Amino acid sequence: MTQMLLTGPREELFSDDLREQMDKWIAKYPEGQAQSAVIPCLHILQDANGGWLSRGIMDALADYLDIPAISVYEVATFYTMFELEPVGKHKISLCTNISCMLCGSEKIMNHLQNRLNIKPGETTEDGLFTLKEVECLGACVGAPMMLLDRDYHEYLTPEKIDDILDGLSS
Amino acid sequence: MVNIEIDGIPLKVDPTKMIIQAADEAGIDIPRFCYHKKLSIAANCRMCLVEVDKARKPLPACSTPVSDGMKVFTDSKIAVNAQRSVMEFLLINHPLDCPICDQGGECELQDLSMGYGEGISRFTERKRAVKDKDIGPLVQTDMTRCIHCTRCLRFGQEIAGIKELGATGRGEHMEIGTYVEHSLVSELSGNIIDLCPVGALTSKPFRYKARAWEMQARPSIAPHDAVGSNIELHIRNNDVMRVVPRDNEDVNESWLSDRDRFSYLGLNSEARLSEPMIKVDNQWQVVDWQTALEKTVDGLKGVINKFGAEEVAGLISPTATLEEAYLFQKWLRGLGIENIDHRLRQQDFADSDIDDSLNDWQLADIEDSDAIVLLGSNIRSEQPIIAHRIRQASLAGATVSSINLFKRDLLMPVDRQIAVNSKQMVQSLAGIAKALLAAARQDAGDWLDLLPERSPSAFEHNVALQLSNAMNATLFVGDLINHQPQASILRALARLVAELSDSRLVILPATNSNAHKLAATLPVDKGLNARQSWERALRGYVMMGLDPMLDTAQPTVVRDALRRASFVVSISSFDNDWVRQYANVILPMACFAETSGTFIGIDKRPQQFAGAVAPRGDSRPGWKILRVLGNVSKLKGFDYISSQDVVDEIESPLRETKKKSEARFIPDSLELDSDLMLISEVPMYNTDSLLRHSEALQQTPESRHNGFARINSKEAEQRGLDPQHEVVISQDDRQVTVPLEIDDDIADGCIYLAAATPISAQLGSLFSQVQVRQAGAS
Amino acid sequence: MKLDQVCFRTSHLTPSWTLEAYRSVGGYQVLESVLKNKMRPEEIIEQVKNSALRGRGGAGFPTGLKWSFMPRRLPGEKYIVCNSDEGEPGTCKDRDILRYNPHQLIEGMIISGYAIGAQTGYNYIRGEFYEPIERFEAALEEARQAGYLGRDILGSGFHFELHTHIGAGAYICGEETALLESLEGKKGQPRYKPPFPAGYGLYGKPTTINNTESLASIPVILQYGADWFHELGTPNNGGSKIFCMTGHVNKPGNYEVPLGTPFADLLELAGGMRNGNKIKAVIPGGSSTPVVPGERMMELEMSYDGIGKGGSMLGAGSVIVMDETTCMVKALQRIAYFYYEESCGQCTPCREGTGWLYRVIKRIEEGQGRQEDLDKLVDMAENINGNTICALGDAAAAPVISFIKHFRDEFQYHIDHGRCMDNTA
Repeated sequence: MTQMLLTGPREELFSDDLREQMDKWIAKYPEGQAQSAVIPCLHILQDANGGWLSRGIMDALADYLDIPAISVYEVATFYTMFELEPVGKHKISLCTNISCMLCGSEKIMNHLQNRLNIKPGETTEDGLFTLKEVECLGACVGAPMMLLDRDYHEYLTPEKIDDILDGLSS
Repeated sequence: MVNIEIDGIPLKVDPTKMIIQAADEAGIDIPRFCYHKKLSIAANCRMCLVEVDKARKPLPACSTPVSDGMKVFTDSKIAVNAQRSVMEFLLINHPLDCPICDQGGECELQDLSMGYGEGISRFTERKRAVKDKDIGPLVQTDMTRCIHCTRCLRFGQEIAGIKELGATGRGEHMEIGTYVEHSLVSELSGNIIDLCPVGALTSKPFRYKARAWEMQARPSIAPHDAVGSNIELHIRNNDVMRVVPRDNEDVNESWLSDRDRFSYLGLNSEARLSEPMIKVDNQWQVVDWQTALEKTVDGLKGVINKFGAEEVAGLISPTATLEEAYLFQKWLRGLGIENIDHRLRQQDFADSDIDDSLNDWQLADIEDSDAIVLLGSNIRSEQPIIAHRIRQASLAGATVSSINLFKRDLLMPVDRQIAVNSKQMVQSLAGIAKALLAAARQDAGDWLDLLPERSPSAFEHNVALQLSNAMNATLFVGDLINHQPQASILRALARLVAELSDSRLVILPATNSNAHKLAATLPVDKGLNARQSWERALRGYVMMGLDPMLDTAQPTVVRDALRRASFVVSISSFDNDWVRQYANVILPMACFAETSGTFIGIDKRPQQFAGAVAPRGDSRPGWKILRVLGNVSKLKGFDYISSQDVVDEIESPLRETKKKSEARFIPDSLELDSDLMLISEVPMYNTDSLLRHSEALQQTPESRHNGFARINSKEAEQRGLDPQHEVVISQDDRQVTVPLEIDDDIADGCIYLAAATPISAQLGSLFSQVQVRQAGAS
Repeated sequence: MKLDQVCFRTSHLTPSWTLEAYRSVGGYQVLESVLKNKMRPEEIIEQVKNSALRGRGGAGFPTGLKWSFMPRRLPGEKYIVCNSDEGEPGTCKDRDILRYNPHQLIEGMIISGYAIGAQTGYNYIRGEFYEPIERFEAALEEARQAGYLGRDILGSGFHFELHTHIGAGAYICGEETALLESLEGKKGQPRYKPPFPAGYGLYGKPTTINNTESLASIPVILQYGADWFHELGTPNNGGSKIFCMTGHVNKPGNYEVPLGTPFADLLELAGGMRNGNKIKAVIPGGSSTPVVPGERMMELEMSYDGIGKGGSMLGAGSVIVMDETTCMVKALQRIAYFYYEESCGQCTPCREGTGWLYRVIKRIEEGQGRQEDLDKLVDMAENINGNTICALGDAAAAPVISFIKHFRDEFQYHIDHGRCMDNTA
């Protein structure tokens, strides 16, 4: 996790690297429209913070973009990719929507729950995995599928899940 | 104009209007929750769906613009079906806890559900429950009742100028709130109570106190600023249960400041006086009115006979009504007393001959200004409704500058804002005047020797340009100038700048002081002003409606004067220790809502109001007390039956004083001391006794820091002050020890300590030079 | 049947997504010629109109007509925004355009910017599309290096800058005004209309929002001509279309085929029914479109008008195929949950109604159904339909109404017996 400065002068918030990443996004939008960068910035900060957003981070981002804090909370609570509680090292987002369901996502979900011994929305005790049931991820031709951290895995079977997770657990 | 038809009624309508506006103007009722005439359109509740011919589905009347030839049906089968569907959806997750809901009886949802709801619900699933949020001492939340109309959110963003409330989460889980629990800081926050169509946001102090149908509404005028907001008092069994705004587009529109809304809570304070009292052998005795009034007159006559009428002064609060003011001076002048004043916080009277008041100027004119300069005004706290008008002007494109002793978020687009001390403020204004003179190729005339040699700074140039480029510029001069001991110099410069830039100058008056000018509760031709009356320590004082230590500019000077006086009368609604210590007679006076009278606000609009409840205990309306004092004093012309009789008598001489004074005032010098100056702002909720006794207002974040001194980090460092420890602020032989906060919005050379508090009451002179050191150090 | 004529025209190349690959099929030639010949924007719009290209995001609104609404001569900033927030269940075609042929989208966006008078474009890509975002960004960089983006493109005096914007998980942002709100850094809550984006769009400026596939079709239309494109398909249904064949088929996948292709042929292309099972039902255009019984579907052709004849919509071409083992109650429950989960919460019928629909269907699925439930469901759905700010309300209503209409017996069986009919899972 990146060390972040969450209070203080605007030009010192977060870290040099994070500000540089965020400024690239801010530069894409017209003068005075820095709020447009709120979603990309939340992604950057969430990634840098081990996968979740603390209130301090959201407040600091509000300061950085010069928008009301509540505007950041509104966005962070509206979009499902943002986590407002700590999550595991790896986040598994399994799609169970119609096309995936027709192709057996239920079986995959059961397998994941049994293997990880958690329910959707929970994190394994070792802090390694968080399991989420999500809506359509736009890869229906590869059903059943999941998003694992930043990668799509398609045509899932219990065996395939085992292979993938074995690779991460060791 | 376009021709449309609503329910068969032909109408000619402005083509920029929405269907709902056209219907409202024509008196055709369309149900709605989210639509509000003063807020942006959200179109989210869908209650106003109507049938429009040629449209394939029902359309929301609030967001569908009219067009020529349009035919609208608000109660056709299609329209009513849509409205009934929406009502069903609104009710499925609504708790229907009307019997325990404060909104019951005045709930828009309840009302409309009578027309559009079903008797039996088809919804058999579990209802949603939402956790309540604590958003401060004024607004109670019951968010399970929320129907997500977002009026409160839009109010915050569009009117209050501060986005404190938001809608977090999404879908069915969307919740209105602050997300992180905290008290609302807007001085207009109470308006969301009125805007909320259901019982999700209600008045916290009013909670469970009364039912809408048990109360009677009486119109009145709010007495805490110079606007005179129109209000309704809701009365049950002779108690004011709550205060709500009364629409008046010319005054407060639909809005009310929290100060005006919640001050009524002070009416039931334990500190209310209810019986006349006289001091006998240093003991207070409750007596009948006759005894108290006779003692008052005898006592005063005794002082006058022994020392002369010039040894007595009468001081009256500017919150007093026109009638009270007029009778106060009439009575005292009848006794030969000429030392009369209502300008209790003013210290500099050098320019008293100048009449800055405006004629033919309306509050709404503020919104037509294209340039606004605030001088020494914390406008949001001094005059919240005027701040709202300025904000609207700003949003419409007016440029706004502020020069003050400290910076504050004005919650509007501000072009420039500086925090300067008085010395710098004088320089700044002089620089602006110079820049204006240079631009107009004018010479400085009488000001030639006073204005500085230097050329104006960029800031001064910019303000000068802002004013001279504007068609309709307005300068506001606020309390933070008017209360200063050098106010006349600053006001003279403000007048010069206004004159040079052809701007309108508005000296923000204290509450009802325009009425007091009319009533002449100030020295005319002869007599001492408020400051002189205290400083000279006279033999007798008559005080009406004031707390001598909290409502005056020189608390300990006042205390010493009262201590030395031989006869002191206090006519007041509230008891206090200082008065008990120094007065000889206490006459209990009816308070706000208990008396009739006239209020004349900043725009000189006379607004009359009636008493709505009987005065507390045996207290009496001020004008009646004064009338009887006139009688007891055996003066002629005190036979009024009603307060209207008083007004009738005032009217004629008042009109004459409307003539603009020809007086000019040019200060001798622009030099000011550069020692550390005390900023003695009167906090928003401390401006009069009633407010100071409103517990809910005293619990707001606004009031919470009144006991702290504030200084910027540079000054603190230079003076070696550590904010972890208390500091001692001293002035001659007087001193107070207070905690310190670093606040970089405070100007250099200043230390802020709120006035009108028990702490400031220990100081000799507000807004003057002080020393500061760390407590414990010598 | 001609495959991969338009958006997938680089699919025979490996890799297919580079500038080099795209140029090898004639990529950017249209842009170069448009700029070199200073082609009149009106002429481009006219060609797009004549091609009968209809919005590929689901609504099927004629693209050329949409462009013509832009006040292109109005001074000031105007925007072209690409909607790559693909998320309608069953839809996954834009992801493949971004991954396999991003340059064609870029060229299409530059040309559309030229045509409607926009100098700035944003491609709003859903946040979960990490790989497609990287591909698109890399392609942008190549295009920039090659001088197709920036100031004074190819010496023409035309400036155009194109940026990626990312979402963060909200189906509603695929609705074009919610997408604009999201692009402005707010919650994705649709705006009421009017005003339409062409008058009041991104940051209040005139804006056109088009789907990825629509914009990626533009270079091909201009390269081979409006008539060629139109004739690929059927009258009023110009071009080819990517169909996402998902569900119970042997070879799920994205197939770009001419509009008007019989569904039976498309099904064959996708390898036919899984396990040789009987076809029971098809959702032809993504979960928002009404379900069509299998046997009826076998008679239809895949075009806007063709699917319309079956009482449904072509939508985004997301064909969800269900065989005889499918429990329609369970399928509807999953779809209803989706709309409940994805409702933005802004307007009453959708916020309150989607959750209610879902809970009643769930109750039926769990064997707790009541006799009055089916009529109530249809009535509730009809009360949502047409009464909301955006089309999500209609989208939530359509499956409920159509599932109950075509498979009422199965729902009734669930209510009566508390379980599925014997032959379903």
